[in-house]
Amino acid sequence: MTTSGVNAVEVEDLHSRFGSHVIHEDINLSVKRGEVLGLVGSSGSGKTVLLRQMLGLEMPSQGSVRIFGQSVHKSDRSELQQIRNRCGVLFQKGALFSALSVFDNIALPMRELHTLNETMVRDLVMLKLEMVEIGSQHANKMPAELSGGMIKRIALARAMALNPELLFLDEPTSGLDPVLSEGFVNLIQALRRELTLTIVMATHDLDTLAALSDRVAVLADQRLLALGNLQEVMSTKHPFITKFFLGDRGKKALGSNGYIL
Amino acid sequence: MFSVSIKASSIPMSEREPIQSSMQISRTTGQGGEACLLLTGSCTLSALGRRMGDLSDELASYASDPNLHWDLTKIDQMDDVGAVLLWRSWGGSRPEYLSIRPDQERLFSRLGKAPPLPSLPAREPLWIAVRIGGGAILLWEHLTSIVILAGQLLLDMKYLIAHPARIPWREISANLFRTGAQALGITALVGFLIGVVLSYLSSKQLQMFGADIFIINILGMSIIRELGPMLAAILVAGRSGSSMTAQLGVMRVNEELDALTVMGIPHSLRLVLPKVIGLGIAMPLVVMWTSAIALMGGMVVAELQLGLSYQFFLHNLPDAVPLANLWLGLSKGVVCGMIIALIACHFGLRIKSDTESLGIGTTNSVVTAITVVIIIDAIFAVIFSDVGIR
Repeated sequence: MTTSGVNAVEVEDLHSRFGSHVIHEDINLSVKRGEVLGLVGSSGSGKTVLLRQMLGLEMPSQGSVRIFGQSVHKSDRSELQQIRNRCGVLFQKGALFSALSVFDNIALPMRELHTLNETMVRDLVMLKLEMVEIGSQHANKMPAELSGGMIKRIALARAMALNPELLFLDEPTSGLDPVLSEGFVNLIQALRRELTLTIVMATHDLDTLAALSDRVAVLADQRLLALGNLQEVMSTKHPFITKFFLGDRGKKALGSNGYIL
Repeated sequence: MFSVSIKASSIPMSEREPIQSSMQISRTTGQGGEACLLLTGSCTLSALGRRMGDLSDELASYASDPNLHWDLTKIDQMDDVGAVLLWRSWGGSRPEYLSIRPDQERLFSRLGKAPPLPSLPAREPLWIAVRIGGGAILLWEHLTSIVILAGQLLLDMKYLIAHPARIPWREISANLFRTGAQALGITALVGFLIGVVLSYLSSKQLQMFGADIFIINILGMSIIRELGPMLAAILVAGRSGSSMTAQLGVMRVNEELDALTVMGIPHSLRLVLPKVIGLGIAMPLVVMWTSAIALMGGMVVAELQLGLSYQFFLHNLPDAVPLANLWLGLSKGVVCGMIIALIACHFGLRIKSDTESLGIGTTNSVVTAITVVIIIDAIFAVIFSDVGIR
């Protein structure tokens, strides 16, 4: 069994800086297949940058990112395309194509494969919409006509269009009300029950973090402070961790999720 | 829970990495002697890949036999793509004899329940009339809202005269720099080349009649009165008009316009007025610059082709071209500049918060601005037909 068989994502000796501003220093991190990794950090700690580097949207100054054993930054076009077809991404604001209807947004990645005929695409899109609990009457609407929660769910449906093995979620519940964000968490849990999903999730929301993640990675002071399950991470002594998990807000959220503090 | 345990036991995670064996179809005979179709392997999007089209035909041909027993229980993995493939080849309903696992059952029952895509409303029978009428109404809307915007600007000016401290100097000067100073390079290049071309062609013709000296009249009149202002206006409409529209459009998409509104800062005063005034000041200067460079280009060729010296050219220019033409060119510049900015802002403020409308709005703005500039030129030509011409 090679290491690439176990790990969906591997980050090695990653350094990033913008000019003289250092964002990451020597980050080592791996995400096992089938697990949910929560990425936590204060604003400006480089969560989004790390996520973008995993997606191959940004180049680290040093170090490598491998997805399914393939380097994201050094692979050629067809290898990269294969990796990309196995990944789904939910961007923070949804990033739905505003010129396309809801239906066409979800159909786009399927049509790009050129192997599915139009009847199948139609059935599949309706299935995905049902999966995220969006009624069929919304299928022909444009993204500008939708509410924030619907955009998030449709963006998730688009991210799931090709049944990815690896899903990246950037702030999946930000901008949703507590009821909606709980629904979103339930939705992702249901998807995990049905499909073998690996999820990398950057979030600020402790409820989401406690409910979904198997392991948590904490980014602060340009480094990876802690990596492990929630209990292990919370026992790390660092001012940021104490403030983030053990403040009033953290106690409330984690207490209600059954964590003993 | 059941489906998870099946997956976990039948396919260890580490073995998902190698290419999964794609679906195999084999005909067998069941215990009761009935015809069976046994499906094995993986029935997922990644495993089926390019075989999708062939498989769907093959399955459809099997599905035409209603007495066939379908056995899906030996399929390792099936996702919704596989389910849809089978579902479609069955013609949208389950075959009579079908054995499936509970996790597959869930997929198919969901497929059976999935609502059809609502159809788009059909085209109106009178769609030509609707299209033409809609176009006319849109044109009327544009006209009225441009007039309203222009009126609002007048009111703003009145307000600013009463409250001079509120004049947005910084914005005006920024616009002056962006639309004027930064446009000097491109207008000079185009102006010079047009001057060269015009002078070259005219000098060839004039030489035939021995009327070399009239090159000064031709270049002077055409460039100062017509070409300079028009070239500058068209270049600026394309360059600054589009950027103004796009800027306002992005501000709309980003909700920056709404942010200004809730701060009580009117769009017309802070965004539109500085652009209109800025371009109204910059444009005549750009016109003068373009005309001067175009004349220079013409002068160089006149010297090379006809041997007219620069001193001679410049000395005779004021006699050939009455001063009124210069004023006419400059006033065209002022009017065109203000109109270009007004049109650009009008289209910019109409942009809705999606990318498509941003593109359409910018195109419409530039096309309209260039058309209107040429219409203004024609109006000037008619009104001032006997001014500045001897």
